[in-house]
Amino acid sequence: MSTMTVDKGAPTRKVKYGSMSRDRAWALRWSYFFLTLFAIFSLVPPIYMLITSLKSSAEISAATNPWWVFHPTLSNYIELLTSNQFLTFFRNSAFVSIFVVTITMLISVPAAFALARMRFWGSATLATGVFLTYLIPDSLLFIPLFKMFAVIGDWTGIQLINRWYVLLFIYPTLTVPFCTWIMMGYFASIPKELDEAAIIDGASWFQTLTRIFIPVALPGLIAATIFAFTVSWAQFLYPLVFTTSTDQLVLPVGIITTLIKGDVFNWGQIMTGALLGAAPPLIIYAFLMDYYIAGLTAGATKG
Amino acid sequence: MADVAFQQGRVAGIGSKRKRSSLRAALKRKSAAAFLMTLPLILLISILVLYPAFYSLHLATLNKSMSRFVGLGNFEFLFKRETFWLVVRQSCIFAISAVIFKALIGFIVAHFVHNVPAKGQRKWRGMLLVPWVIPPAMSTLAWLWLFDPSYSAFNYTLSFFGIGPIAWTGDPDWARFSVILVNVWYGAPFFMIMYLASLKSVPEQLYEAAAIDGANWWQRIWYVTLPMMRNIIAITTLFSLIVTFANFDIVRILTAGGPLDHTHIFATWAFRVGIEGSDIPLGASVSLFMVPILAIAAIFILRDVNKRGNEA
Amino acid sequence: MADVLLRKVVKRYEEVEAVRGIDLDIADHEFVVLVGPSGCGKSTTLRMIAGLEDITGGDIMIGGDVVNDVPPKDRDIAMVFQNYALYPHMTVAENMSFGLRLKHYPKAEINSRVTEAARMLDITDLIDRKPKQLSGGQRQRVAMGRAIVRNPKVFLFDEPLSNLDAQLRVQMRIEIKKVHQKVRTTTVYVTHDQVEAMTLADRVVVMNRGRIEQIGTPNDLYHSPATRFVAGFIGSPAMNFLPCRLEDVGGKLNIRLTDRIAFPLPGARAARYQGVSRTDKLLLGVRPEHIAEARVHTEPGVEAFDAMLDVTEPMGMETLVYFTMDGTQVCGRVNPNAGAHDGAPFRLAVDLNNMHLLNEVTGVVI
Repeated sequence: MSTMTVDKGAPTRKVKYGSMSRDRAWALRWSYFFLTLFAIFSLVPPIYMLITSLKSSAEISAATNPWWVFHPTLSNYIELLTSNQFLTFFRNSAFVSIFVVTITMLISVPAAFALARMRFWGSATLATGVFLTYLIPDSLLFIPLFKMFAVIGDWTGIQLINRWYVLLFIYPTLTVPFCTWIMMGYFASIPKELDEAAIIDGASWFQTLTRIFIPVALPGLIAATIFAFTVSWAQFLYPLVFTTSTDQLVLPVGIITTLIKGDVFNWGQIMTGALLGAAPPLIIYAFLMDYYIAGLTAGATKG
Repeated sequence: MADVAFQQGRVAGIGSKRKRSSLRAALKRKSAAAFLMTLPLILLISILVLYPAFYSLHLATLNKSMSRFVGLGNFEFLFKRETFWLVVRQSCIFAISAVIFKALIGFIVAHFVHNVPAKGQRKWRGMLLVPWVIPPAMSTLAWLWLFDPSYSAFNYTLSFFGIGPIAWTGDPDWARFSVILVNVWYGAPFFMIMYLASLKSVPEQLYEAAAIDGANWWQRIWYVTLPMMRNIIAITTLFSLIVTFANFDIVRILTAGGPLDHTHIFATWAFRVGIEGSDIPLGASVSLFMVPILAIAAIFILRDVNKRGNEA
Repeated sequence: MADVLLRKVVKRYEEVEAVRGIDLDIADHEFVVLVGPSGCGKSTTLRMIAGLEDITGGDIMIGGDVVNDVPPKDRDIAMVFQNYALYPHMTVAENMSFGLRLKHYPKAEINSRVTEAARMLDITDLIDRKPKQLSGGQRQRVAMGRAIVRNPKVFLFDEPLSNLDAQLRVQMRIEIKKVHQKVRTTTVYVTHDQVEAMTLADRVVVMNRGRIEQIGTPNDLYHSPATRFVAGFIGSPAMNFLPCRLEDVGGKLNIRLTDRIAFPLPGARAARYQGVSRTDKLLLGVRPEHIAEARVHTEPGVEAFDAMLDVTEPMGMETLVYFTMDGTQVCGRVNPNAGAHDGAPFRLAVDLNNMHLLNEVTGVVI
């Protein structure tokens, strides 16, 4: 499957002659027209974020043409990037995401290998269970999880609620099932002869995993890592439920709870914060688009 | 393939009279290793997913202070509240209409992208997928700002066409429209990318054969494309139905359920009641109402995924 | 270097017996080919020798040691797979040296072995490439190189040429033979292609339905097959089988094919089949090359007859002719200049000196 991951473009359709080519030319023109419309629809919010982030509050409240920046300024960026509070949000988000990615990979890669290659009692059921778990949404679990951690806090005295690291326990419920599922798909697509060759060459199961499977399924591993990172970075409901003190907040929740003060919206800063919050996934996407898309489509096409 | 390994275990069991001690030990080691490798996964799922799911059932039967068992009292209470029925209705309207539009737009856009020369496809795909990449909490803020009542960029633009200020998030009907619009904006790219992947897997010869058989553009879509994509359309739609039904971020940030609870869906109302209102049992009861729909969708997805597995 | 012995080896999957108790002695340095149709148990046998499948019953010995419970890596074997099974993320050199590196061989030793194997297989220039950048034939060489550098007791080949096109297959066949002549490592080679089996093997093991039908040199199998299965499997086009019975006519033994056609048996054959029951249902087995155009001066034991040809297939150096005899399609090989035409009558002659007589019920060659 590693070959199908990085799929650069479809087979080109050759332009045919005569009336066919005239029809196709028109079809192409219409395609471009509608694609442009849809692209504008897609890009208006992020572009509008950028426009607003470059405006001063004075310009925003002056109600001039909202689509244009008359006096561009970086003051919003400077203010946020020098604000300890904002940097704390950013740091919390980064810590949470990086730790969650690590935890996710440590759990899901060995599990996927075991499920794909070392069939054992109940492994088929477990594989299905993993997939079903992936379908359970956060909005079903946040209340019982919240209560659970509150009860644990009461019993043991270990207070996890309102600590950013409580998210390290909770986010893997979102990332591990999917990552296990797609890694299973990638591992299963590795020809069985490859591990037999490795076994005959004298590799142990562990060596087969680390020296053959992980390198061969590297595109899948990257796709899974990207998925785990973007999910952790974007998650909003759990941190909203579990963290309240400003020094414990992650970026999305931090922006919404601290930059919106009562009904006073400092839109310049909010948009700047939102754009900075959207930047890491966007940067990853820009550089690793093929892996990103592979991970996206893998859920349904693998297995 | 792998079932051979499974059968090894069986066969070793059958031939237990023979002295195959070391191989059996090796097999035992192998399943022990496999078990150890999956143990963290099993623990994670059982402690942090399965247990809370059942705990939720338990919570739903307690009173507000969680000191007394009230049976189905919370549900009885919910059934009597008008807001609850508003939430049920809005959840269904929201999920169904959003999924339909996402599926349609995704299908159309995927076709257009597939239509343009391969060189340009990457660029278009890259731009069109941006809404899916931005964390929804962040992009919804941008929408909120676009919808802003006093400085709305949309109303500013519409005023040039003589369309008069629209209370995007203030009026119940417009607010419903807005949350659906944002959800469609966010989710359509996912459909687009899934359909595109599936379109590319339809062999070109099928279209050529259909063209030789005299099928026009529309018939080619109807008789070739759609049947070939049936499975992926089903899976994507069901999957999106689950995600949309359980959506929280967009509604929470755009309207927070307002105006007057008209845009609340299960997740946001459960949050309002359970976390903000500190009535955890009632909140748990509300979110439990998602289970039947989710379960039905999950069963169908699983059936389709297994079907794909069997075909492969 | 070692011999390989199989003693009553059985492999059972659930209720299915894939290998039903086979005995096989493979001598040191020998090149043995297991051949048979798919599902005959040949690959399972090979995989049991490799240790990739555990055995249900019997014993396998390599170099005198029972290896039933020995894991593959400790059996000192090397295997070449049908799809090459090269590690896609490693270069050719890394692929070849992987096993040695796992065993922590000294670097210099690894290098010299890889260089030597690469030189032998003529892939020195490809040593830094990834498998993706290689052609099918080159990949096959690398897979062999990976086996050679290990310097194992036994080479195992699992249909190594079936993914190659016909021309390359012939070339690689010769290559494999050359390598074996150089390294002299005991080799077990599995294929479904009887031509490969015949050309490569010191001895061929024909398997069918989990049992060994016959073991012998290629010539033995071709000229004296033991069973109908072997007779039909070895040789292309396949041997013709014609229902027949024996009858005594005037003190002589005749073989009767149809109501109209019967031939007297040549002396040696008549003596050999004297004891066969005259009522048994028998089959006459004749290879196509022993049905040729009739000549004016016929040798003893060559009997002429007329046939109406259905189809002729000119092959260049010969023409294959097909005709029907009592509902059975028969193939013969005639000189391309003999004037055989589709749908035309033609006079053929069958060489009964090279015939086989089989019992139709048991399938055993008499």
